[in-house]
Amino acid sequence: MAYKIIASQCTGCSACEPECPNVAIREKNGVFIIDPKKCSECIGYFDDPQCVAVCPVDVTCVIDNAYPRYVATA
Amino acid sequence: MYLTDLKYIFISGMVLAYKLVSDFISATFNQGRFMQVHTEQLNTGSEPLTALLEKIADHKGCGTSSEGGKSSCGSSGGPADMAPEVWEKVKNHPCYSEEAHHHYARMHVAVAPACNIQCNYCNRKYDCANESRPGVVSEKLTPEQAAKKVLAVASAIPQMTVLGIAGPGDPLANPAKTFKTFELIAKTAPDIKLCLSTNGLSLPEHVETIKAFNVDHVTITINMVDPEVGQHIYPWIFWKNKRVTGIEAARILSEQQLLGLEMLTAAGVLAKINSVMIPGINDKHLVEVNKAVKSRGAFLHNIMPLISAPEHGTVFGLNGQRGPSAQELKALQDSCEGDMNMMRHCRQCRADAVGLLGEDRSAEFTTGKIDEMSEVVYDAATRKAYQELVEAERMEKVAAKEAAMAGMADADVSDIKILIAVATKGQGRVNEHFGHVSEFQIYEVGSAGSKFVGHRRVDLYCQGGFGEEETLPSVVRAINDCHAVFVAKIGGCPRDELKQAGIDPVDRFAHEFIEESAITYFKEYLEKVRSHEVDHVTRGDADIRQGAYVSAA
Ligand code: SF4
Ligand code: SF4
Ligand code: SF4
Repeated sequence: MAYKIIASQCTGCSACEPECPNVAIREKNGVFIIDPKKCSECIGYFDDPQCVAVCPVDVTCVIDNAYPRYVATA
Repeated sequence: MYLTDLKYIFISGMVLAYKLVSDFISATFNQGRFMQVHTEQLNTGSEPLTALLEKIADHKGCGTSSEGGKSSCGSSGGPADMAPEVWEKVKNHPCYSEEAHHHYARMHVAVAPACNIQCNYCNRKYDCANESRPGVVSEKLTPEQAAKKVLAVASAIPQMTVLGIAGPGDPLANPAKTFKTFELIAKTAPDIKLCLSTNGLSLPEHVETIKAFNVDHVTITINMVDPEVGQHIYPWIFWKNKRVTGIEAARILSEQQLLGLEMLTAAGVLAKINSVMIPGINDKHLVEVNKAVKSRGAFLHNIMPLISAPEHGTVFGLNGQRGPSAQELKALQDSCEGDMNMMRHCRQCRADAVGLLGEDRSAEFTTGKIDEMSEVVYDAATRKAYQELVEAERMEKVAAKEAAMAGMADADVSDIKILIAVATKGQGRVNEHFGHVSEFQIYEVGSAGSKFVGHRRVDLYCQGGFGEEETLPSVVRAINDCHAVFVAKIGGCPRDELKQAGIDPVDRFAHEFIEESAITYFKEYLEKVRSHEVDHVTRGDADIRQGAYVSAA
């Protein structure tokens, strides 16, 4: 149920941090990380996952397969 | 160590007591003459201050003496169309005023890493290419660290009069950090001018705040006013929680940029426009951009060459998009000049660099050292004293140029124009050794006068005291369109090679004012042409140095 940031790709630009509707993104050692417990894949807020849409480096914010896809609670 | 904002800021004294300022100036400039002349200037007092300032104002813009109506930039392009209040705002601004960039410096603080668009000449691993040296990475600071650094630097370096926020990303994509920094600085150092640079996408929503913080200069990078052109420059923008691509992205961006510009003009905030000249994509179109931004109140338009190399990892760098040659750039700038003030002295944010080139002081102001400083006392008195001295020097320079121009009236008017490359470390004087130049200033001289037309970056010819043979041809290529090169000193070897390439190496103007010397040289040149001692030949094109300028300190 979450996106993750591939640390080696992240420039640390911070563009994603303020865009996340769930405040799931924070800085750690110069790069940014997503808290999988908070990430809702933007479902319920926006059509596009915001971190993916704003990130300047392609294929940096990606689905984390370690978690099942997010399902919105009714 | 990255090349930071401070790398070249020139000065060698630390915090000084007021009474030491005179010693400090002569020691720093290594020219006793400065003080002496300065005193004379003040004592003779032949002209009231206001008259002199008007002369400086006249002189600005086209760099040509207005005497006798001989202006090389046409009546509409000169400072005649610059309102007095605008001139008041720009005259000490190292980025905007040709006069000031010899004496004052700006510094940048990197508090704004995020961006909301993508440009094809940008690789987000580096700083925003719109305002920064391509391929440079700045150390990111928090607003608090940034404010402390600014105050420490301003106290030690009285030339530092402008603080810019220009990235590494887009300052207005990081509004909280940007405005917090301004707030902290405005509180302690109200004499420091604030400016910011933006791609314009979110400018309209911030104009009110910009005005409230008394930010008086905003730079917008506008590369097109036609989405058809824009789609080849901007692959996407982040807009209203979506990634928008293609023509639609360029259309929104252009609308926002022009709306933002109109709003700035309405709010009385100075707006400068930067455009990146991309041959084959927007080179011809920039004439249209020039008209569009002028009609919306922009006071300066700065056309910069695309700097693009594969190692930057940008789209343009990787697909082999080339940058313009020196002649192409100048031709475009010339074709826009009649329409508004063109800014030739922009060096893509090396304002903090070569204008006041000198020893590297960045090591004194690393984040670590700034954090260690317990409290920074802002030294307003020294700053004021320094700035008053500089004003006197600037007036002297203008007077010297006008005196040199006076003789020109008798000479036959000629169509001949020549370019002169000048080795200088600032203060408007020929005061750098040929081998130490990393950037030449280029002046154009004709019978209408002299004007500054740009900078030319070169590899350092001399490294560690040895002139390295391999780099000389690249210097020649960079100034190949010039007839002469003015230096404070030059070795025998490079002298011969320059001569062979048809460039006259001139060291007899060492430590003199640049424009006064250029006019004197031109008069003599004209004389030689007339007496058929030399044949005037038009020189070829020159290279704009490509590649990242990241040589570590
Ligand atoms: S997908 Fe949305 S919710 Fe998840 S981290 Fe990205 S912005 Fe936040
Ligand atoms: S937007 Fe992308 S590059 Fe920037 S901090 Fe977030 S993950 Fe990293
Ligand atoms: S606006 Fe600046 S930081 Fe943003 S993509 Fe363009 S060049 Fe890069």
